Amino acid sequence: MTDYTKIDFDSLAALSDDEVVTHSFVRDVPISGGKTLALVTLDNGRDHTRPNTLGPVSLLEYAKTLDELKARAAAGEIHAVAITGKPFILAAGADLSKVAEIPDRDTARKMGQLGHFALGKASELGVPSFVFINGLALGGGLEIALNADYRTVDASVPAVALPEVFLGLIPGWGGAYLLPNLIGIENALKVVIENPLKQNRTMKADDVMELGIADAKFDSVAFLEDSIKWADGVVSGRIKVKRPNEPGKVERLVKWDAAIAIATKMLKSRIGSVPKSPYAALELMKAAKSGTKAEGFEREDEVLSELIVGDQLQASIYAFNLVQKRAKRPAGAPDKAIAKKVTKVGVLGAGYMASQLALLFVRRLRVPVVITDIDQARVDKGVAYIGEEIDKLLEKGRISPDEANRLKALVTGTTEKADFADCDWVIEAVFEELEIKQNVFAEVEQFISPEAVLATNTSSLSVEQIGAKLAHPERLVGFHFFTPVAVMPLIEVVKTPHTDEATLSTAMVTAKNLRKNAVITADTPGFVVNRLLAVLLGEAMRAVDEGTSFQTVDEAIAPLGLPMAPSVLLDLVGLKVGAHVLDTHHAAFPDRFYRSENLHKLADYGKLLDKDDKGKVKGFDKGALKIVAGGKNPRTADEILVALQDGLAREVRLMLDGDVVAAAEDIDLCMVLGAGFPFQMGGLTPYLDRVGASERVFGDTFHHPTVTGVGA
Amino acid sequence: MADQAEVVFVDGVRTPFGKAGDKGMYWNTRADDLVVKAIVGLLERNPNIPKDRIDDVAIAATTQTGDQGLTLGRTAAILAGLPKTVPGFSIDRMCAGAMTAAAMMSGSIGFGMYDLAIAGGVEHMGHHPMGSGVDPNPRFLSERLVGEDALVMGATAERIHDRFPQLTKERSDRFALASQQKTAAAYAAGKIQQDLVPVAIRTESGWGLATRDEVMRPETTLEGLAALKTPFRPHGRITAGNASGLNDGATAAILASGAAAKEFGLSPKMKLVSYAFAGVDPEIMGIGPIPATEKALRKAGLSIEDIGIFEMNEAFAVQVLSFMDHYGIADDDPRVNPWGGAIAVGHPLASSGVRLMNQLASQFTERPDVRYGITSMCVGLGQGGTMVWENPNYDKKAKKA
Repeated sequence: MTDYTKIDFDSLAALSDDEVVTHSFVRDVPISGGKTLALVTLDNGRDHTRPNTLGPVSLLEYAKTLDELKARAAAGEIHAVAITGKPFILAAGADLSKVAEIPDRDTARKMGQLGHFALGKASELGVPSFVFINGLALGGGLEIALNADYRTVDASVPAVALPEVFLGLIPGWGGAYLLPNLIGIENALKVVIENPLKQNRTMKADDVMELGIADAKFDSVAFLEDSIKWADGVVSGRIKVKRPNEPGKVERLVKWDAAIAIATKMLKSRIGSVPKSPYAALELMKAAKSGTKAEGFEREDEVLSELIVGDQLQASIYAFNLVQKRAKRPAGAPDKAIAKKVTKVGVLGAGYMASQLALLFVRRLRVPVVITDIDQARVDKGVAYIGEEIDKLLEKGRISPDEANRLKALVTGTTEKADFADCDWVIEAVFEELEIKQNVFAEVEQFISPEAVLATNTSSLSVEQIGAKLAHPERLVGFHFFTPVAVMPLIEVVKTPHTDEATLSTAMVTAKNLRKNAVITADTPGFVVNRLLAVLLGEAMRAVDEGTSFQTVDEAIAPLGLPMAPSVLLDLVGLKVGAHVLDTHHAAFPDRFYRSENLHKLADYGKLLDKDDKGKVKGFDKGALKIVAGGKNPRTADEILVALQDGLAREVRLMLDGDVVAAAEDIDLCMVLGAGFPFQMGGLTPYLDRVGASERVFGDTFHHPTVTGVGA
Repeated sequence: MADQAEVVFVDGVRTPFGKAGDKGMYWNTRADDLVVKAIVGLLERNPNIPKDRIDDVAIAATTQTGDQGLTLGRTAAILAGLPKTVPGFSIDRMCAGAMTAAAMMSGSIGFGMYDLAIAGGVEHMGHHPMGSGVDPNPRFLSERLVGEDALVMGATAERIHDRFPQLTKERSDRFALASQQKTAAAYAAGKIQQDLVPVAIRTESGWGLATRDEVMRPETTLEGLAALKTPFRPHGRITAGNASGLNDGATAAILASGAAAKEFGLSPKMKLVSYAFAGVDPEIMGIGPIPATEKALRKAGLSIEDIGIFEMNEAFAVQVLSFMDHYGIADDDPRVNPWGGAIAVGHPLASSGVRLMNQLASQFTERPDVRYGITSMCVGLGQGGTMVWENPNYDKKAKKA
């Protein structure tokens, strides 16, 4: 077994000259019977906006502190050790910026070993150890707690999680071994696999208690005082800790492997087999069923080092930073100060999309929202629909009765455009036809002030042309949502050559107030997401039309690890929409974008997939397959994949050369947020670099250096 | 119309008192958190009290801004997790803030309007130094409504020495020394700690736990006291040793009607007999307890001889001695502050009134021979307050023995 005391961790410390060190402070606290509890506080000296993180220097200090406490325990000076964090934060885990900089596999392995070396000491102090989870505990932060003998949790803790799998890692400082052995395999799978893959869901105190991660929960008003009192009770024997979820023999014999098998199957159907870390975590948890802790830790060291030097981790950290940082400071956004105030919103249209938009605007901005359509019946239907949606939110307890009343009172409908006069933001969601959009804007412009912002939710038309009949085209901006509007986090904010800075700023601020991430794009066909999806669907349909089976096409594209196969994507967006998207892009760029007559036929036929009553896909519809049959030149999966990679690389290069967005990072941000492209691809461009598509197409890479792992 | 009700003191607690300023243990702890923790601790050890039946929360603070502002009684109630149906308010009579809170809550209970009420106080003199932000009306001085010394408490205490020349500095020092010694003995016997609620404190070296008063000086000697500076007058008599210091701390107590105590199965520690507040010349505020006690005893139909235990706030030794001299009580009479007082444990202004009650209540429990006790204190700008309490454990036989 690994003897962690024999490892020289100095090479790690050398990586860390700029580490924000989380210190381990110790103060003695008297407990009953004349005994003493040594209270360790983890604190990096910054406020809660810079959580404690665990880089090499922090871990070494923690290890040294626990060594000193072990010696004091042996000398009879202390009778218990408890560890807690600074206000609101226990620790947010490993310092990711350090993990990304690891130069080689040996160093990567040492990073895992140092975690085990340091955190593991909490179970070898010779006196009981406690972790008081006073606040945020993520990844390594939670593993600090798992390595101790007992845990308490603050009832108001904002988030507890093992999010490693979400980032291409595994809980490798004991989590993969300790957690299933503490709370049972099924509960552990929920924490390690299920939650991270559900948009990185985190746990609250009640979940932590229910799963059996903590032994006691206390209100935050006196959390530390109560935790110390509880620890006192445990030390003195007054309190006996029960752990009903701790796995017994039966669970190990019967349940364990079955649970892993079920989870593996579910995972394959949900995310395919491209992402490595979830499966690595599953393997580790499977092995955690038996053997010693030391063996478990050693396995974690190996797996962690393999993942750290791999491509997927680098891509994941790159994507994570895009979503966490770049999305919050959008490239090219004008000064927020010049944004105009939005105090009343007009929505042109009262159909499904328009109603969805009205609902979002009223919920997030809480200003009057007026909707309109060509007749009173449509308007009434739209207003009624919005009211029903608000009632649903009320029923679910998402909003209070007062809030529901407030929101409903803010929504009105009219057939008179004159009622838009005092709107300072007007967005249209009418039929996707240029002339209709032009006219509806031109009409409303007569009534509104010259400063009011006009926004269009078009997905395929030129925003500039939509504004052709406007007296003030400088106040027009594209504001492209993705469906479902309430859920999808991206808005493409489209800037025309006329759009002025104040209008653009208003759009960016409004997007933020809607709690969406906005990316500024040029007014070019398909903007970002649809243009690249059109490449994907076009290449897929081209292969089908040439005689390749739909199934082979789906398999060909599977190595990207996209959330869904092309056939499922077509089914989701609708065959008509799919055909339309290909048509518009083909019309704009006939030499690069494929237009499929078969797709139109399929759309007329109305069905591609064969589904059961519950909507589960059983296979392809036989009639649909007949329609697309007849191609004479089927291609192999490899050929299709390479063609797609090259097509995407070429299109992204052209978009960057044409200044559609500020940088490749913005393309990736759009694809992650708007199309669900996975973190392990880094969105798109890191993937295109690493598979050689960029080199093949334009003899260079998008990123310098490329976003790739350092390898073995 | 309401029926008059019996008023009882059910229980009271406090935080350990800290030293004010950036070297004190509560420097990084909010004032409102101190009183919230006191309330939480109080309710935790009285689980029979239905929280939704508490009729009011009165919290005192002298400086009601910042972390002592925003209607403390209400905010503390919310922060302590009381149901939102429970109201609360802030109250101020400087040093007698918590005592006034207790008295006014008692009045509401006595008049039959309230069944249960929380009274307490807090003063974070580190965050709110004495006199910070005050803006005295210029008429006080221009019309000589008060003397120049009125707003400087140490100076008012020097004036007691002037008025009663027999109250020498040496007597003050001796009294102060005894306070330290009595407190040390009480601590050694675990008597003070029983009513303390530990408070987690954040320091530069991590979290700690406050479990004891911070400013006690059991090592005090007469010689040491004699050598201290007299900051209020050259060659004066008032020193840091024979006065209470600048402190942070909070207190909370629960008061009830006799009927409510019975209904919820509570065992009252004291029964309220009477209370009174009185005014004196502001520049000699320390003698305030004398007229307040006279008034309270008169209302109670009792005389000073009936009082078995005196819990006097030791703002200054000389000010307690003036009271004792007035009543002919010897400087070392064991009935007065048997467990020491504010000179040893500290005096976070508005919180201290309930500390006196806590200690009197604890002594009642172990002294069935004592029937009556008083809690009394002087107040800035020339006031005094006294509450007279009866011991529910009183036993005539014990008294004879």
